[in-house]
Amino acid sequence: MAQSALLKSSIAKKVAMALSGLFLMLFLAQHFFINMTSVFSPDTFNSISHFMGNNPLVQFVIQPILIVGVIFHFIMGFVLDFKNRSARPIAYAKNNGAANSSWASRNMIITGSVILAFLGLHFYDFWVPEMVYKYVAFNPLDETRYFHELVEKFESPVRTALYCISFVLLALHLNHGFSSSFQSVGFNNKYSKGLKNFGLAFAFVIPFGFIFIALFHHFNH
Amino acid sequence: MTFDLKTFKFKKMKLTLKIWRQKNAQDKGAMVDYQIDGIEPDMSFLEMLDVFNQDLMGKGGEPVAFDHDCREGICGMCSLYINGEAHGPDRKVTTCQLHMRMFNDGDTITIEPFRAGAFPVVKDLVVDRSAFDRIQHAGGFISVNTSGNTIDANTIPVNKQDADDAFDAATCIGCGACVATCKNSSAMLFVAAKVSQYALLPQGRIEATDRVLNMVHQMDAEGFGNCTNTGACEVECPKGISLENIARMNREYMSASMKG
Amino acid sequence: MALDSKIPNGPISDKWTDYKDHINLVNPANKRNLDVIIVGTGLAGGSAAATLAELGYNVKAFCFQDSPRRAHSIAAQGGINAAKNYQGDGDSVFRLFYDTVKGGDYRSREANVHRLAEVSTNIIDQCVAQGVPFAREYGGLLDNRSFGGTLVSRTFYAKGQTGQQLLLGAYSAMNRQIGRGKITMHSRHEMLDLVIVDGKARGIIARNLVTGEIERHSAHAVVIASGGYGNVFFLSTNAMGSNATAAWKIHKKGAFFANPCYTQIHPTCIPVSGDHQAKLTLMSESLRNDGRIWVPAKLEDAKAIREGKLKPTQIVEADRDYYLERRYPAFGNLVPRDVASRASKERCDAGFGVNKTGEAVYLDFAAAIQRYGKEQAHIKGLDGNDAEVIVKLGTDVVANKYGNLFQMYEKIVDENPYATPMMIYPAVHYTMGGTWVDYNLQTTIPGCFSIGESNFSDHGANRLGASALMQGLADGYFVLPYTIGDYLSPDIKMGPISTDSPEFAAAEKGVKEQIEKFMNNNGTQSVDHFHRRLGKIMWDKVGMARNAKGLNEAITEIAALREEFYKDVRVPGTDKGFNQELEKATRVADFLELGELFAKDALHRNESCGGHFREEYQSADGEAQRDDENFAYVAAWEYKGKPSDAVLHKEDLIFDNVKLVTRSYK
Repeated sequence: MAQSALLKSSIAKKVAMALSGLFLMLFLAQHFFINMTSVFSPDTFNSISHFMGNNPLVQFVIQPILIVGVIFHFIMGFVLDFKNRSARPIAYAKNNGAANSSWASRNMIITGSVILAFLGLHFYDFWVPEMVYKYVAFNPLDETRYFHELVEKFESPVRTALYCISFVLLALHLNHGFSSSFQSVGFNNKYSKGLKNFGLAFAFVIPFGFIFIALFHHFNH
Repeated sequence: MTFDLKTFKFKKMKLTLKIWRQKNAQDKGAMVDYQIDGIEPDMSFLEMLDVFNQDLMGKGGEPVAFDHDCREGICGMCSLYINGEAHGPDRKVTTCQLHMRMFNDGDTITIEPFRAGAFPVVKDLVVDRSAFDRIQHAGGFISVNTSGNTIDANTIPVNKQDADDAFDAATCIGCGACVATCKNSSAMLFVAAKVSQYALLPQGRIEATDRVLNMVHQMDAEGFGNCTNTGACEVECPKGISLENIARMNREYMSASMKG
Repeated sequence: MALDSKIPNGPISDKWTDYKDHINLVNPANKRNLDVIIVGTGLAGGSAAATLAELGYNVKAFCFQDSPRRAHSIAAQGGINAAKNYQGDGDSVFRLFYDTVKGGDYRSREANVHRLAEVSTNIIDQCVAQGVPFAREYGGLLDNRSFGGTLVSRTFYAKGQTGQQLLLGAYSAMNRQIGRGKITMHSRHEMLDLVIVDGKARGIIARNLVTGEIERHSAHAVVIASGGYGNVFFLSTNAMGSNATAAWKIHKKGAFFANPCYTQIHPTCIPVSGDHQAKLTLMSESLRNDGRIWVPAKLEDAKAIREGKLKPTQIVEADRDYYLERRYPAFGNLVPRDVASRASKERCDAGFGVNKTGEAVYLDFAAAIQRYGKEQAHIKGLDGNDAEVIVKLGTDVVANKYGNLFQMYEKIVDENPYATPMMIYPAVHYTMGGTWVDYNLQTTIPGCFSIGESNFSDHGANRLGASALMQGLADGYFVLPYTIGDYLSPDIKMGPISTDSPEFAAAEKGVKEQIEKFMNNNGTQSVDHFHRRLGKIMWDKVGMARNAKGLNEAITEIAALREEFYKDVRVPGTDKGFNQELEKATRVADFLELGELFAKDALHRNESCGGHFREEYQSADGEAQRDDENFAYVAAWEYKGKPSDAVLHKEDLIFDNVKLVTRSYK
């Protein structure tokens, strides 16, 4: 008699959003640590990049999962946003959202869309050339090319600026997304306050760390 | 509102009211501007509307329809989106307990109905919240018969903390401020409050699986939006129902889905 | 027509059991063929609807609110009595019975009250099984508190929201039956007439408040559970929509109306703040456990306070008159509601009132804060002479006990009640009178039942605290389901009742005519205008203290006001849709008749008892004087065209188990 609809229900969708979001945050964290090595040691950066780019497990198992996760998170985000908007056909003439919630929490679709646009640029900059290099042109292995490719991209002030702006919006997205994903999976207890603070730190450190890396390479090379 | 030191009284207020007028469910409706004078700070918001309606009728107009009943903040019948917030700018009050001392002489006050696709307008500021009832029909109960031949009340001890938490969830008045205030028109706080009340009590655990699945199913069928955890509902809830209840319902739902 | 209360024979403690053992039952298959209409979905109506549906009857439930969960039972604060004796303090069914009969000033029916006390324990079991979150102790068992000056702790409660939790319990039981299709719920519907076919109640005419449609609904029995008529005073603690229309319509169709003058004026309400006031707010009776009630002892101080020149905290102890403690040293601030209310009125009438209208007294927590503060300082080993520490500790204790009430007071009055005394004044709260019913809860119309506050039976002339919730649920869950079955048993082969009969057509025509009359009246005054004027007559002349002169004036004035109302009321808008002014007009029309009967009843009752105080019948020191010789009866009025022609029928009250004594609180 119970009406179970695991994959169709609103709560299941939310949980799926939360889990994909958490997964993407994990990815973001490892991406950040790898990139950070480029500031301290180009050699370390090159060797880790080479490993990530040529290890079959990473390339043919983790990378597809990641891509599916990214696509899922975005599509589901847009689907939910569309549904949520249509749940209120007539808008308020006056709405004071700031009185009860943060800007970031109310505008995940905006911050998310900017991140999506950024991802397009990022794929165009790195991922597509990388795929072409390896799997279309079949270029020989070169364990030292990664650092230079990275530095080259940050020569352009326009690109660097675009990266920085995107990361600010990523910070806002993470700021709400981190604690929100825990709430969605049902984690709300005495540890939630601490977790929320950790989320705030995460949402600050990772994006601004990326900004630091971009600016570092822009001004140092 | 200004304080007059000579008469030791608050001066009466003059206000501009922007009110949603809509003849019936089919009518398109529009915001209409009105002026009102002589409002005292001690009036409740609804008493201000009473005075306004008397005034409007005196001029041959048709009064603004709005829902209200107990005027003590407990029945959940009054609604209204006032200056962009459910139940207005004060906290932990319903519109009937909002007082005009929260406003100033010369203010413009925008008054709209609670808006959601699942809460269609009946007339002016009155909306149909029967979707909430239908969610309760789907599972907002414990299936015991009402013969009174149940076991003695003290046979089932309940941990005090659980009993208190269940009580806190049970204080929901079903006004719909959570839906009205949520940018997604989500009813999660309302549904979670009922699911939590029963989930926390031993009597309610027996049907917990079916209850959460059925209530969420009905909630979705009514066309409410998703929860995106903005937390606005908790802030605007006149009874301060906690977001913890939503997290609890998410847990209950996921585990029920595995079983059901 | 002679009144037959149908009280079963036998010793009082066996009556209900014997009755249940010998009534006719309807078998489950036949219950499916029987329809029951229930008007009102508060504690009585909601619990009755759920139980009858559970038993198998087809229930059609009606409420004027948008959901059954909004019924005004929800606003009850304090608690619900039950003779569980969980505290082991000597409570028993007999004691609850005895206290209720005595508290009602010996004007209630013994057999009904005893039954109420018997089933009270089932209510608690039932509600807990339903998931009602009553307050609990740390051991996990249910907590009790004492209430209304009784000698035992028998009140179960859920913070200050007991009514809400009990109503939501009944609502949840209804929801289960609505989900099963056994209850058809008609919310935003108002019953506007009763349909009688062949001498039996067989249906109602109701207006769909959203579409304006006039609808016919039939059933084998009709149950009225529409609450009390306190709004005849305009200002009361009732909800804005609370009305007497359903009860009054059945009265006009033949149901006798009993003891309309028994009205409870609750002593602790927030005073009226101005002419705009639409409704009054109750502060729980429990506040009198710790608050001391006083007014200034000197007239000039009272005057200075009213003019804002003096603050209550500036008046020294010697210049304060703690009049309840002075007049009633034994019970002090804990005298019953009727006594406390009259004492406040007496002081304010004498010119000692403390707000700008002169109608307010102080309820002061300063002494309690000091007492609790010192106690806490002792427990915590802090300096008992540090005034600041004492006040802080004491305030914490008071906030723990009454925090939500203090917050509500502050929101409404904009004063901090921890720092300055609260202002309170009595307000109309509950009506003990109502449609006359026999032991079966059936009115004088066969097949028309009346339960909860809308009937008259259990509270006599004064209701004790925490008894109203008990009665509503007892009637609905445990009494009516038996008695209505006995009534319905001959109807099992009848089949559905047609709504095409001439009786339905005639009732519908009457309703439509009344509505058309309002819509085409072209008057100049709003409904509220008349309602306020009625309320003022009622409060001034039929309120807390009544006398023959005032009552005679009230009768004339109300009749004249009624005439003026029909000539000059203006109802804007259309009757073909949602129209709150039209709703009010149909309700106020009935209040304008009921008010007159109310005054007439008060005039005829030449005694003072419970909530009915006649100035002519008081002792030298101003206490109520009952006349058991001549007035130990229920006054049941029969409608004869207009209130002034109503005919009195008497049901003598026989007390076999309780000895009649004078209530004294000195």
